[in-house]
Amino acid sequence: MIFSGEKQLTATKRNKIRWKEIIPIYIMVLPGFIYLMINNYMPMYGILIAFKKLDYRKGIFKSPWCGLDNFRFLFLSKDAWIITRNTICYNVAFFIVGTIAAVTMAILINEIRSKFASKLYQSATLLPFLMSWVVISYIGYAFLSPETGMINKSILQPLGKEPINWYMERKYWPLILILVNTWKVLGYNMIIYLSSIVAINPDLYEAAWLDGANKWQQIKHITLPLLKPTVITLLILSSGQIFRSDFGLFYQMPQRSGVLYPVTRTLDVYVYQALMKNSDYGMSSAAAFYQSIVGFVLIMVVNQIVKKYNPDNAIF
Amino acid sequence: MKSRESIMTQIIAHIFCGIAAFCAIMPFILLVIASFTDNKWATENGYSFFPQKLSLEAYNYIAVQWSLIGRAYLMTILLTGVGVIASVLITTTYAYGISQKNVPGMKVMSFLLVFTMLFNGGIVATYYNYIKIFRIKNTFWALLVPNLLMNAFNVILVRNYIKNSIPESFRESAKIDGASEFTIFAKIIMPLCVPIIATIGLLSGLAYWNDWINGMYFLTERDGSHLYTIQIILNNINENIEALRQNASKAAEIGAKIADLPSTTIRMAIAVIGILPIVVLYPFFQRYFVKGITLGGLKE
Repeated sequence: MIFSGEKQLTATKRNKIRWKEIIPIYIMVLPGFIYLMINNYMPMYGILIAFKKLDYRKGIFKSPWCGLDNFRFLFLSKDAWIITRNTICYNVAFFIVGTIAAVTMAILINEIRSKFASKLYQSATLLPFLMSWVVISYIGYAFLSPETGMINKSILQPLGKEPINWYMERKYWPLILILVNTWKVLGYNMIIYLSSIVAINPDLYEAAWLDGANKWQQIKHITLPLLKPTVITLLILSSGQIFRSDFGLFYQMPQRSGVLYPVTRTLDVYVYQALMKNSDYGMSSAAAFYQSIVGFVLIMVVNQIVKKYNPDNAIF
Repeated sequence: MKSRESIMTQIIAHIFCGIAAFCAIMPFILLVIASFTDNKWATENGYSFFPQKLSLEAYNYIAVQWSLIGRAYLMTILLTGVGVIASVLITTTYAYGISQKNVPGMKVMSFLLVFTMLFNGGIVATYYNYIKIFRIKNTFWALLVPNLLMNAFNVILVRNYIKNSIPESFRESAKIDGASEFTIFAKIIMPLCVPIIATIGLLSGLAYWNDWINGMYFLTERDGSHLYTIQIILNNINENIEALRQNASKAAEIGAKIADLPSTTIRMAIAVIGILPIVVLYPFFQRYFVKGITLGGLKE
């Protein structure tokens, strides 16, 4: 199968050498291949669950089909619209706010002459990125807890204001989630943009300076236009992920407060809750199927569009 | 021409970046101070940056409960250690394999890898697969294997590194000297890949240290609690508090449960212990981490 019949007859010696090369490579690839099969490819047939009335004892194949019933239940509930809207809107907001913050900081940190200060600022802003969402939810609780939170007790109370029951009030949460997410990923994105800025040819600034351009003009006419390709690449990557949300953020930060679901629940959280809390395989698999398929189509569409206008930025 | 403008730029840059850095660090300072606050004072006056009364009682409690927390700590270290080694081995061998484009079948292997970034069966099917077919519920495998062992992103980082930084001639000349593929991999490729191995080892170490999701899916309190890591314990404290809130009517039961619930400051102390190794080691690994971001963020 691997080499043709003629070769086999004529060049036994060369084939031997080739086998000696090939087999070790196959052996090396094997563990990873097995892992991909177990972790990624075997579950793919599991999308069938979405069209079945799963009987846990009978297994996926023997369970009866139920057509589109699971999807009917999902889309007839108000939840489908809310979780879709939340997932998409938060992703858009995260991208816009996150990019503006990271680009601003990258440009400014690049101006700082003191090596020490620059390193210090970078290290500090990167720190939150290393922490798990559970730990961050503890910090969030230290600020927001209605009974013992820092904000209620040390800020609102001395000012004579009414304490706020943070985990019950919906109107604050879009802002809180956007702030927390930006806070966590700022350092990470800033370093990506900084590495693009550092790569810009210094002659350009030199020339602009000689022509009398001030700092702001240099940023506006040199730095920002040259950052555009990086922004676009990241935009493509995240628009392919627009149907995915950071489960940890949306699950841990609101402390699972049911009152907040209309503004905090996303697709991933919904799938988790339907599966683990309600053991509702039908509903959760329908939602997961919806997420996988729409996500896949989106990546393909975005990539095709990019390929058409700017082939260099396409992912594949 | 070291003009006013240039001084102004410095001032603005320092102010903005300084505020950003302060905001990044400040919440962690509150966490640490909260863990050293007197429990009674904290319950009455809330978590504060300037508590009037400090105390080590939260850490005392943890020391007394060390059989629980200490075991979780050892489990976290064990999991991270085993996880990093397994993940680096499986990732580098796969990456080396798919970098050998002339070996038949490797294009397919590349595709199989990249396709996982575009499409997946979703959490329901993954969960069902691991529980029903591989029966990993309440085993160490449950923490080690699902989703964390190898990811496409890291494999691609290593493959690109091999492609761009290790000249083909190294391999050729070793082959002429009669080295086997395994020798070439172990003696030439691995040593030359040390910088990128440090980066992916670090990324996977962080992923294992910080993981609570696998524990949440695959460990039950009855049969899996001997496998709890620090993050899983932190997650469970959150879950239990929620459970209490929901069942507020069952008063008697709550009375019993509240007694063994970590009180106001103890939960913060456990969180501090959970992040301590990351914070302590951060200055040493930061370089590799930043490198990983720059390599991964830019298009290859």
